[in-house]
Amino acid sequence: MTALQIIFLFVAAVTLASAVMVVSARRMMHAALWLVLSLAGVAVIFALLDAGFFTVVQVLVYIGAIAILIIFAIMLTRKAMEDVGPQLNRGWWLAALAAVGVFAGLAVVLVSWPGVNASAGAGPDANLIVTFGKDLVDPHKFVMPFEVASVMLLAALIGAIYVSVEHKGGQK
Amino acid sequence: MSFWTDPIAIIENLISGWLAGLGMGEGWITFILAFLGAAVYALVVMLFVVLLIWVERKILGRFQDRLGPNRIGPWGIFQTIADMLKIFTKEYITPNGVDKVPYNLAPMLAVAGVLAVWAVIPLGATIFGANLNVGVLYVVAIGALGELGIILAGWSSRNKYATLGGFRAVALLVSYEVPLVVTLLIPVLFSGSMGMNDIVFAQKSMWYIVLAPVAALIFLITSIAENGRAPFDLTEADSEIVAGFNVEYSGLKFGMYYVADFMHTFTIAFLFATLWLGGWLGPWAEKYPMLGIFYTTFKAWFIYFTILWLRGSLPRFRIDQMINLNWKVLTPLALVMLMLTAVVNHLIPAGMLVVRILALLALNGALLFVTGKLLDRFAGQTKRVVVALEPRPVARPEPVATESGTGV
Repeated sequence: MTALQIIFLFVAAVTLASAVMVVSARRMMHAALWLVLSLAGVAVIFALLDAGFFTVVQVLVYIGAIAILIIFAIMLTRKAMEDVGPQLNRGWWLAALAAVGVFAGLAVVLVSWPGVNASAGAGPDANLIVTFGKDLVDPHKFVMPFEVASVMLLAALIGAIYVSVEHKGGQK
Repeated sequence: MSFWTDPIAIIENLISGWLAGLGMGEGWITFILAFLGAAVYALVVMLFVVLLIWVERKILGRFQDRLGPNRIGPWGIFQTIADMLKIFTKEYITPNGVDKVPYNLAPMLAVAGVLAVWAVIPLGATIFGANLNVGVLYVVAIGALGELGIILAGWSSRNKYATLGGFRAVALLVSYEVPLVVTLLIPVLFSGSMGMNDIVFAQKSMWYIVLAPVAALIFLITSIAENGRAPFDLTEADSEIVAGFNVEYSGLKFGMYYVADFMHTFTIAFLFATLWLGGWLGPWAEKYPMLGIFYTTFKAWFIYFTILWLRGSLPRFRIDQMINLNWKVLTPLALVMLMLTAVVNHLIPAGMLVVRILALLALNGALLFVTGKLLDRFAGQTKRVVVALEPRPVARPEPVATESGTGV
């Protein structure tokens, strides 16, 4: 077993374990912290695959923005320390059904994908980012999803401003 | 290549040869070398902070017309070592009701978030942790760890001052990250690469501070804010919220925040030197990589002194001033700057260096002028919040006798 494989197994175990802890931790804040660890584990797996760009984006977007936002929301909205509630509510079986469905779908797609058994590429390639960037704005490739995502984010931004602004005239 | 021009490569070869002699696989050798390198590098940076703390206290002392530390060793140079030994022996006090895991994790994250930036800062042509092809993004991403450290400390301490400090820290750090990231794009735009070492190489013709002085200034201001030190030290304003997020920490745990703070300042100075002042570039730096360390450090000390100077000179911002400065001045300026720089940079071919420099300088000057005019125009319109009640009679400063008609 090479050093890389041992690191991979360790990181994968940590990622999965902390993902389980996200849904089973009793305190909201702890769940958010486990989520950070789980996302960091995914970032390390990207790094092991020589996908430097995705590693950094994973950390930047998920840990740097989303997780901090989640933590901030918990700090602002919940009773800071005493937030211990039941872990399940009435809709738990729906969530479980959705989770199993997504897992099964992903598994089927991955198994039927021919590249699933291929090993990772031949190492870091500086031009990968250039290719990636060009593909994102190439009309024949990904410019459409890219722009749709931007429009969606813009809509979310405007919505957030609309929700948070004080409406004049006392209508509320 | 002799020992004195590039010792690090030689040591690396020595160790890898020795490990290969022991019959180890190549993967393990790479792993052990990387591990050793990281450990030694981090240790050197941390130990350097011991010197830095003395430097900062001494210089700040002179700014404030005091002597600064002057008891232990020549010029008080061993003061920090005595402080360090003292802090090792202090008791860790964990207050009742803190959330233990985040409480203990937070100082580590704060230090790790700063230390990890050093992985991508090139100290010489061949001396760097890793020339990641996404180095600039990495710096931004890893900064989030430090933020997390502060937020967690504020939240898990279960103390209202700590929580207030944590809230202020989030407001400060998250908002100032926006112009910081935008200005970071300008070196990327000029050099066509996000790797730190590539950015340094691309500055051979001209340092980027000449091409984009306004962006460099915004970078300096926002990174001081990210560091949370004066004039942006409202996260730990001792006259308002005691010490902010780190009020419940004692002993070495407080020490870690202390170290992270000083190290962050120095890291900023190195980042500034790398991105805007040509990093390790200098006469013969490519031939003798060790010289590069000298050049980078020299440039970084210059910036470090500037940051100390600002800290010694400026009063603290109020929180509304801090938010206004960011969202109404720095962010729009940085965005406009980025767009116009991209256009000008694209229009003028890279070969015409003098024309390019002049055009970019003119652009920067014009932007500064317009910003100044706009600020002047809106400065009169903002309402000043009056905190005091109606005017009360107060003691007059001038002696009554001089107010007589004769003026005697």
